[in-house]
Amino acid sequence: MGKRLRAAGSVAARLALRWSGTLCVLVALGSVALAQDVMRFPKPEFITGYDFPRTTEPAPTTTLQQWIDVLVLFLCLSLASYLAVKKRSRKGIFALMMFSLAYFGFYKQGCVCPIGSIQNVAFSLFNETYAVPLTTLIFFMMPLIFAAVFGRVFCSSVCALGAIQDAVLLFPVNVPKRINHLLGVIPYAYLGAGVLLASTGTGFIICRYDPFIGFFRMNGNAPYLLLGAGFLLVGVFIGRPYCRYLCPYGILLGWMSRFSKWHLSITPTKCVQCRLCEDSCPFDHIDMPNEGLDREERETGVRRLGHILLVLPLLVGIGGWIGNQLAPPLASFDHTVLVAERVLAEQQDPTLEQNIYSEAFGQEGRSQEELIAAADLVRERLAFGGWILGGFLGLVVAFKLMKMSMVRNQRDYEVNKPTCYSCARCCPTCPSDELHMPNFVALGDLQPVHQLDRVEVPKQEPAEVSAKS
Amino acid sequence: MTDKVEKPKLTRMEFLSLTMGRLAVSALGAVGMLGWLRRRKKNTVWQIDPMTCVSCGQCATHCVVSPSAVKCVQSYPICGYCRLCFGYFTPNAPELTSAAENQLCPTGAIERLFVEDPYWEYNIIEDACVGCAKCVEACEVFGNASFYLQVRHDVCVNCNDCSIARHCPSDSFSQVPADEPYILKHDQELLA
Repeated sequence: MGKRLRAAGSVAARLALRWSGTLCVLVALGSVALAQDVMRFPKPEFITGYDFPRTTEPAPTTTLQQWIDVLVLFLCLSLASYLAVKKRSRKGIFALMMFSLAYFGFYKQGCVCPIGSIQNVAFSLFNETYAVPLTTLIFFMMPLIFAAVFGRVFCSSVCALGAIQDAVLLFPVNVPKRINHLLGVIPYAYLGAGVLLASTGTGFIICRYDPFIGFFRMNGNAPYLLLGAGFLLVGVFIGRPYCRYLCPYGILLGWMSRFSKWHLSITPTKCVQCRLCEDSCPFDHIDMPNEGLDREERETGVRRLGHILLVLPLLVGIGGWIGNQLAPPLASFDHTVLVAERVLAEQQDPTLEQNIYSEAFGQEGRSQEELIAAADLVRERLAFGGWILGGFLGLVVAFKLMKMSMVRNQRDYEVNKPTCYSCARCCPTCPSDELHMPNFVALGDLQPVHQLDRVEVPKQEPAEVSAKS
Repeated sequence: MTDKVEKPKLTRMEFLSLTMGRLAVSALGAVGMLGWLRRRKKNTVWQIDPMTCVSCGQCATHCVVSPSAVKCVQSYPICGYCRLCFGYFTPNAPELTSAAENQLCPTGAIERLFVEDPYWEYNIIEDACVGCAKCVEACEVFGNASFYLQVRHDVCVNCNDCSIARHCPSDSFSQVPADEPYILKHDQELLA
């Protein structure tokens, strides 16, 4: 109450200048009246039998609606798993994708989404005062659980952000491998920064800079709408730019999907290296066979791996140091730090006029020491978190280098499990697919791959492998 | 009868992959368990405490929804039903009519209806209100403070991280239980 009085007092002073002199008396009277918390003007006594109208109170989303969303998510994920793993139907996936775009995108307006829920979970794990709503926790967990079993079916057709990008992908072009690897570090940085800023209570940047939310709400600030439009425009040529080079949730999904048992596969039977699927993936997520290709000496590779392992601690250290140095700019996202800096600046420079934040702080009645201590705590937490974030990124870079210098034996055309979105674009290109099966009746004995024994295929002459690999 | 099926031997890579997979799944399980232990029993929504609000006007500009989900509400039992409403008329209004030049509201979102002499009813047209708090400020300083800001939950999308709350200078935003989503100045039940 006290705060309001002080506030009203200062506002009164400002406004009184604007109002004509006759009102000054009224203001003086009013101030007295307010101090006693009495209505300045008495409650009217109506003689015409007037009833006070009710102030309307539109209801928020009910708990029931949130559980319906959870149910829809579960059904969509189940259907997506069925369509991707069992039916291998691109058409089915596309239809489900359109439904998800309509429901989770335009109807739910992009909230609640598993990508943003990372922050809720992180915030609740590090803050005593915040507890994550159960439905949000389920939204975070469920796609990850599905990914651990069936691969990233969430990306294929349930994620509204993925759907809107997938729908505009009309003229796919390939991105050079090196650029892919380089840009592939960004999602880790985004994930780390999102978790760090959420867990310190500084802000939810993943939600704030969601490029498509403006479209889903059909409403928003021009910069974000333009950003979203830019992503969609790029997305016409480069498949799913947000998913590939930004999405923080994709990292977590990839960690789970890497070990999934029932993942979508290019061929339902056995790969015959016909190369028909080679160009079907617009995201470059197909592992190409590399048998018979020229390889470097094993010793060279091992030595390089050793070098990278030696450099690894250095990379982690440097990363951590950089993260620590980045803490001050990160802290400028924080409201407390912002107010503290403003108050200090005003103290040092008396010519500076109060802005609304320092003014409100003055009315709040907190001491300056308290404010500075609170700001310092945020800075400390971010400085410590900066070490961890930077170290994590150093580790990511080291692993990327290792992965690039290691060559695995790859015999067949297979999807790259950690990154594959299970969009099923490659499925219809496989001649063993049900679609083409009738053409192969003559061959007779094509069996599902799991019924085949591991037979050693006699080494073929170095196959001409596409320029891409 | 039972032929012992020999278990296929795991290769080193398969073993590694299996172990890593189990590790990943257990890590996910651990996060899930921790989250479950710290889950929220009741859902919450954002709301403004009208007692601490300083009518700074940032609600109009910082909401992710535009126009803002924050609107002015009218507590009728507190309103003085004044003929000269300071929330409705601009200072030194040429005359006390609803002509545009007399109105304080930049979007004309207040409706002025005659009840009986000398009382006038003031209603907020929510579709037009942008939450700029000009009327709130004036009503609080010169009137009964029956105009004040509230988050309207038919518009609010209940962001994780309310953009206005981040910018609220008086820290008036808080998450309140979803079954009591408004902080009104009067008791609605007394009206009935």
